Amino acid sequence: MVVLKAESLTIATQEDVVRVRQTTRAWAAEIGFSLVNQTKLVTAASELARNTMLYGGGGTVLLESINDSIRAGLRMTFEDEGPGIADIETALTDGYTTGGGLGLGLSGSKRLVDEFNIWSEPGRGTRITILRWR
Amino acid sequence: MERIPILRLRDCLLVTIQVDMHDQLALTLQDDLTELIVRHQARGVLIDISALEIVDSFIGRMLSNIAAMARILDAVTVVVGMRPAVAITLVELGLEMPGVRTALNVDAGMRLIERALEEERQAGHGRSKG
Amino acid sequence: MTESSLTRIPELLRQQQQALLTDWLDRQMSSSTLRPDLIREQDLREQSRRFLSLLAEAVAHGLGDHIQGDGYRAVSEFLGELSRSRANQGFSPTETATFVFSFKETLFNHLRDAWQNDGEGLADDIWRASTLIDRLGLHTVEVYQKGREAIIQRQQQEMMELSTPVVELWGGIVALPLIGTLDSARTQVVMENLLERIVESNASIAIIDITGVPTVDTLVAQHLLKTVAAARLMGAECIISGIRPQIAQTIVHLGVDLNEVLTKATLASAFQIALKRLGGAILTPDSQRN
Repeated sequence: MVVLKAESLTIATQEDVVRVRQTTRAWAAEIGFSLVNQTKLVTAASELARNTMLYGGGGTVLLESINDSIRAGLRMTFEDEGPGIADIETALTDGYTTGGGLGLGLSGSKRLVDEFNIWSEPGRGTRITILRWR
Repeated sequence: MERIPILRLRDCLLVTIQVDMHDQLALTLQDDLTELIVRHQARGVLIDISALEIVDSFIGRMLSNIAAMARILDAVTVVVGMRPAVAITLVELGLEMPGVRTALNVDAGMRLIERALEEERQAGHGRSKG
Repeated sequence: MTESSLTRIPELLRQQQQALLTDWLDRQMSSSTLRPDLIREQDLREQSRRFLSLLAEAVAHGLGDHIQGDGYRAVSEFLGELSRSRANQGFSPTETATFVFSFKETLFNHLRDAWQNDGEGLADDIWRASTLIDRLGLHTVEVYQKGREAIIQRQQQEMMELSTPVVELWGGIVALPLIGTLDSARTQVVMENLLERIVESNASIAIIDITGVPTVDTLVAQHLLKTVAAARLMGAECIISGIRPQIAQTIVHLGVDLNEVLTKATLASAFQIALKRLGGAILTPDSQRN
């Protein structure tokens, strides 16, 4: 797998979440995603960026335009040094929430992408990587 | 402070969301709408989202909340103009917004509000007119 | 190749073009690969003449390592055109490439005369000539291949569109008659098509007719439900019609909940319901009298 382009963005405020959405949209369009797939990816990015801001106390996202010789794709890694998630399995079920939301942020964005990886350790932080092929 | 403008047309409130809203802006819109429903005794709320390129769970929840709050304040809410790609994504996300009425465009949305209010009148519910 | 001798190919092509052409044509005419059924002698002569004159112009710019350079643009464009037209005429890719390769023998013979007894110079030039002609020949194969790929891609696209026709039945009512097996990829295309057409034709009711769908599994049923839900979010209602008895049984056995979806046995009854929703009705002569 080859990384063709990479960029890191800070996620600290609500405006940053908007910026993550817009950057994701521009990258997805450049890679050549269909409109529906662009929308799915931007929506997933919005959910995860908001989680990073709200529950992780802010963090970063790394966007990577990748290529594995037959397909092009976009990989995004959301990272924070917040309180972390104690029970990942429960956090991934529909309707589970600690923030008063609908509890669709994690489980929903998982359905919008091709690959979803989560690492978290209480007290150390959370790292979520998503990938969608064109 | 940044705000989404709300228009008043007879006993209806009209909102066209044209910017990529950050979360606080969405919450402000929710506050403003409930405030204005009461102040103008509005019977209908029409929210045009045809310019929105995405609706995530936060915006989706805001739309559901507005519809629910409006219902308590005796007004009908219709969300119009959702794009196909947005609709497909929302369904995949698991957000089907069951309590929200929808229409293809502003015109159809206004007719839906009129019909809903007419049905209420015939059933003898809701405020009497005038 | 270190310290290679100067080439005589450009000079040869320029000065002996007519002789080369006559020789080459003789060989082509007597060759077993000639296809008089597909191409006229006159056309073949003209194509050979143009190829030689363009090749002579190209090599005058130098014998480069590739044929993409500016000097070779005219000759490779000509060969691309030739390859496309031969593909249409029914030549195989081998036969198309043979046109170029068949020039080798003629060229080598003339090179031998040009170099006389200088074995080293001849060997160098034969190598150069061989490489050049191989590249040009392979170029015709590549263009042939690309032409085929474009045809296949267009046909796939056409098939995809043909298999998902969304038709407007009435102002405000569209129908999607589904025929054949639905897999995940096709269902996604179908779904996106239908939703786009709902917006374009401003249709508040969409009828999905599955009379022509042989089986419905859990995945397909879920896709149908998602389409219905997405259409509802956009402000349109879906009716699913043409559910055959076996499919009704399967759906219930699979535990798929279609309670929230309006279903009708036939497209006709779905259409009637749709008209009624829009405030119309179908009047038969009988009902008019009453």
